[in-house]
Amino acid sequence: MAPETLAFYAFGAVAVVASLLVIAQRNPIYSVLLLIASFGALSGLYVLLDAPFVAVIQIIVYAGAIMVLFLFVVMLLNAPHEETEYDERVHPLLRPGPMRFGALLALVLAGELSWALTRSGDSGRFPAGAVASVRAIGRSLFTDYAFPFEVTSILILVAMVGAVLLARREGRG
Amino acid sequence: MTPLLIAQIVLTLFVFFMLLNSAAVMVYVERKVAALLQQRLGPYLVGPKGVLQPLADVVKLMFKEELRPRAADPLLFALAPIISATAAFAAFAVVPFGAETTLFGLLKEPLRLQVADVNVAILVIFAIGSMGVYGIVLAGWSSNSKYSLLGGLRSSAQMISYELSYGTAIASVLLIANSMSLTDIVNRQAGAWFGIIPRWFLFLQPLGFFIFMTAGIAETNRAPFDFPEAEQELVAGYHTEYSSMSFAMFFLAEYINMVTVSAVATDLFLGGWHGPLIPESFGWLWFLVKVAALLFFYVWMRWTLPRYRYDQLMAFGWKVLLPLSVVNLLATAAGVLYFGA
Repeated sequence: MAPETLAFYAFGAVAVVASLLVIAQRNPIYSVLLLIASFGALSGLYVLLDAPFVAVIQIIVYAGAIMVLFLFVVMLLNAPHEETEYDERVHPLLRPGPMRFGALLALVLAGELSWALTRSGDSGRFPAGAVASVRAIGRSLFTDYAFPFEVTSILILVAMVGAVLLARREGRG
Repeated sequence: MTPLLIAQIVLTLFVFFMLLNSAAVMVYVERKVAALLQQRLGPYLVGPKGVLQPLADVVKLMFKEELRPRAADPLLFALAPIISATAAFAAFAVVPFGAETTLFGLLKEPLRLQVADVNVAILVIFAIGSMGVYGIVLAGWSSNSKYSLLGGLRSSAQMISYELSYGTAIASVLLIANSMSLTDIVNRQAGAWFGIIPRWFLFLQPLGFFIFMTAGIAETNRAPFDFPEAEQELVAGYHTEYSSMSFAMFFLAEYINMVTVSAVATDLFLGGWHGPLIPESFGWLWFLVKVAALLFFYVWMRWTLPRYRYDQLMAFGWKVLLPLSVVNLLATAAGVLYFGA
């Protein structure tokens, strides 16, 4: 096997196993760390796809910034083990309230995934080198995708203002 | 194996070895300079003028008992110092420290004095730096001690706050240099204006340099921003519960991070290996001189300035440094647009 194929399977295996373990084990700190490992493997896949910029941004934004905040919150709550209020022996679909809804959503997601994976098509193809250079990404962000880009920034601004407002209100009360 | 490949492997091992050494030298320099500033002698017993003191320290640390609190998380407790040290070493991989060389005609093709040439080098340093935070945070959490936890939380809050200004200061340099490769950035600083003033980005970006160094000190958790390990409040912060070699790894990581920040500052603002008098092939001598000067500055700062208060640190980061860096970025962008880079 070519080294690139081997690397692809290695990164892919790490990403899948780590993502599964995020939900399969109960210590939230470990979940956060496994999610970081999964992001790291994804970043390796981006490198294999000849998109080093996207790979590095994946690490900086997701594995670096966002997951530090996750870890921060989990550490502050200091809940080493997930609290389970329901009976472990009952099947998730038969449990009351939100649990059942979550299980239903998971089923829908599994259905969608299997549909997407079995469907053949070339929807995922783009010209080679389109995401390789920072220059190309910047140019398309500020020309072709200027509107979504600006709308996203407004969305983030709204979220920020909302967060500040919520924090303030709690402080006063 | 081609000679170039062998040379590259040797270079990689050499960089690794020199980084280890730099930490030992820095420990000695730190203690000697601190002693000078406080009118003491500093280490003077082991070897002539105490130069073998770092060696004695390492041997002492190796023979100490490895302790672990009973309530600590065993896996993460062992993993945290490894993450810290690995991130510290890895970040230096993309830092160029000299012009291309053929080793006096020994090689047919020129060898880059850089372990890995990546075209997004500066972002890689940033990414690895943000991974280094985890070492400290996990050390704080897994120790299961209140001092460690507080140290870890402080450090993550501090690093998140100062990373923004750090990145924005770098972005201004990238705008001027019009490239993300550190080698290109350094090569753009060759030569001199009017034949005297070197073309360093320091003179185009004085504010950027100030922001970069300040945020760099905060990122490496050094005084006056050494809150994660503020002795008077937190015993030793995140590494309170660590002993022996796992403590040594945190120690190593701190000093190597200082070296990396200084090396990156040299490449970004001080013209890297370009300098007068010395021929280009010996440019790494200039590089060493500049890095050493910055490291001395680091040590000097630590023993001159008192530690801030924690709220002052946060207020300074968010209300002074970040706005300054944004204004600097906008001004730089306007300048680049007006003068056409």
